[in-house]
Amino acid sequence: MKVITANRLLDGDVVWLGAGNAWVERITMAEVFEGKDAVAGALATGAAAEKNQEVVGVYDTDVTLENGVITPKRLREKIRAAGPTTHPNLGKQAQAVSA
Amino acid sequence: MYRYDEFDASFVTQRTEQFKDQVRRRLAGELSEDEFKPLRLMNGLYLQLHAYMLRVAIPYGTLNGRQMRKLAHIARTYDKGYGHFTTRQNIQFNWPKLEDTPKILEELAEVEMHAIQTSGNCIRNVTADHFAGAAADEIADPRPYAEILRQWSSLHPEFSFLPRKFKIAITGAPHDRAAVQVHDIGLQLTRNEAGEIGFEVFVGGGLGRTPMIGRKVREFLPEEDLLAYSEAILRVYNRYGRRDNKYKARIKILVHETGLEDLKADIEAEFEKIRFGVLLLPEEEVRRIEAYFAPPPLEVRAETSAAVDARRKSDAAFAQFVAHNLNPHRVPGYTSVTLSMKPIGGIPGDASDAQMDVIADLAEQFGHDEIRISHEQNVILPHVKLDDLPALFDRLVAAGIAEGNAGLITDIIACPGMDYCALATARSIPVAQRISERFGTPERQAEIGELKIKISGCINACGHHHVGHIGILGLEKKGEEFYQVTLGGSANENASIGEIIGRGFSSEEVVDAIEKLVDTYLGLRQTNEETFLEAYRRVGEAPFKEALYGVDA
Repeated sequence: MKVITANRLLDGDVVWLGAGNAWVERITMAEVFEGKDAVAGALATGAAAEKNQEVVGVYDTDVTLENGVITPKRLREKIRAAGPTTHPNLGKQAQAVSA
Repeated sequence: MYRYDEFDASFVTQRTEQFKDQVRRRLAGELSEDEFKPLRLMNGLYLQLHAYMLRVAIPYGTLNGRQMRKLAHIARTYDKGYGHFTTRQNIQFNWPKLEDTPKILEELAEVEMHAIQTSGNCIRNVTADHFAGAAADEIADPRPYAEILRQWSSLHPEFSFLPRKFKIAITGAPHDRAAVQVHDIGLQLTRNEAGEIGFEVFVGGGLGRTPMIGRKVREFLPEEDLLAYSEAILRVYNRYGRRDNKYKARIKILVHETGLEDLKADIEAEFEKIRFGVLLLPEEEVRRIEAYFAPPPLEVRAETSAAVDARRKSDAAFAQFVAHNLNPHRVPGYTSVTLSMKPIGGIPGDASDAQMDVIADLAEQFGHDEIRISHEQNVILPHVKLDDLPALFDRLVAAGIAEGNAGLITDIIACPGMDYCALATARSIPVAQRISERFGTPERQAEIGELKIKISGCINACGHHHVGHIGILGLEKKGEEFYQVTLGGSANENASIGEIIGRGFSSEEVVDAIEKLVDTYLGLRQTNEETFLEAYRRVGEAPFKEALYGVDA
């Protein structure tokens, strides 16, 4: 089970490929891909977006569903999805509180 | 300090204009990321985990109040209210938007700053002793030479595409505070028997995945040969350094694979070809550059201060600060003050915009408008009257940068680690914070004495863990953070690479492990004056190993 992620060109913000091939700012809104073909197709969509100057550095990463919530397997991806663990008031984790 | 001449100013302005156009073309889709990436890196702009990161050069760690205030302004206006001082005496901003970066570079150029050569396979920002121009033990101020090297190396056409990055450090004092022996070129100022200034030259030091102590290639290089000899080293490296494998591309590998004597012969042969050419350093040019670094006029004062003595008796925090954060000044009645960017439990090297503004004010009010950034991620006011220390300390307390822990166990170097860095394999900062909290009481820190802990979040060793008295390297093992501990490293004139002591520790275990090492040291030191490193060098790893792993380990 995977999601496709990248950084947005303009501000470098972490984004994931979501419904309708839109790049979303929350991993919870990401589209989950299962199976080799689905992931390859999504990466191709990502590559096109990269070419189209939307995002930079597209790759796939493993996730699990924890109580129905998309959760990255790797710590690195958990930190990307939340923000620096040293600054709970910065990054997506901070926006999550106010959102 | 150095002032840009017309060439410097127009060069930086041109470069800013170029980058502005490159960003415009990137945003317009005229440049792909593959095309743009080397261009942005040449201007210090990285893409990290959460955002872009801009690394701004602070040449040889020297800046003034106006420049520090500009850094504060950038942190406030274009970033998230803070900056991070690095082990290369630079500052990093962690959240700039791509479209804002040309404007940031324009603002930096207004105060004679830039981000050129803070990245890429070129000669990076030349670093120097942070007490340069002030230290009592100094032979001469190393910064004029650092500035000469900066001018020579800036956009040097031959050395813009080296096999790998290239770092030069220089110290003017016999006690090396600039870690010169773990740089690609390390320069130690010295005098010959005739009293002339020259350099001991080390080549091929470095940290990263293959740590090595630099090898001495010259006992005494005359001042006038500084550039020709540096050029000779770089030419030999540029020609023979490996380009087939990024991990074997630094000059240290070339030194190792070629052998010191052969490489020295190559360097000397190249040097002989060019030594009396255009790179011969004219005496008057050295003196001209030196004049920019002329020390402020400091009248000799009493060697002790009644105001300091009185305050010390009544204020334990002040006493601790005075005991640890002052470095002897060459002029009686003055001192160099370390402003600790390591508050207990805080993030090593981070400073808020407000703190940067305060530092600028204090430099102007108490420090002849001079500021230094140390490779240990602290800020220094190099020229402060002893009598001003109580007033200065009060202002530092108010700003939250008054910790009296310079050189102590909580004065930890830590790289940004996995909280920011795309290369990291584990977090560094949270480990530093937990160690700082564990040992943070003034009594405990003072009891332990000098102990340098250095933490890197990956094998690239930005946190200098190889040369920590205790080094910690964060890795990933089976998806978990995992920390390898080394002992006995040092980056001073008796440099050594730390040795791995045994199996590593989980994030939960690592602080307890450090405490066991510290307790072992306290139990075996011969006197309170014997430092951790001295004790380790005397007894070796056995007692420390036993404390961590038991007798059967």
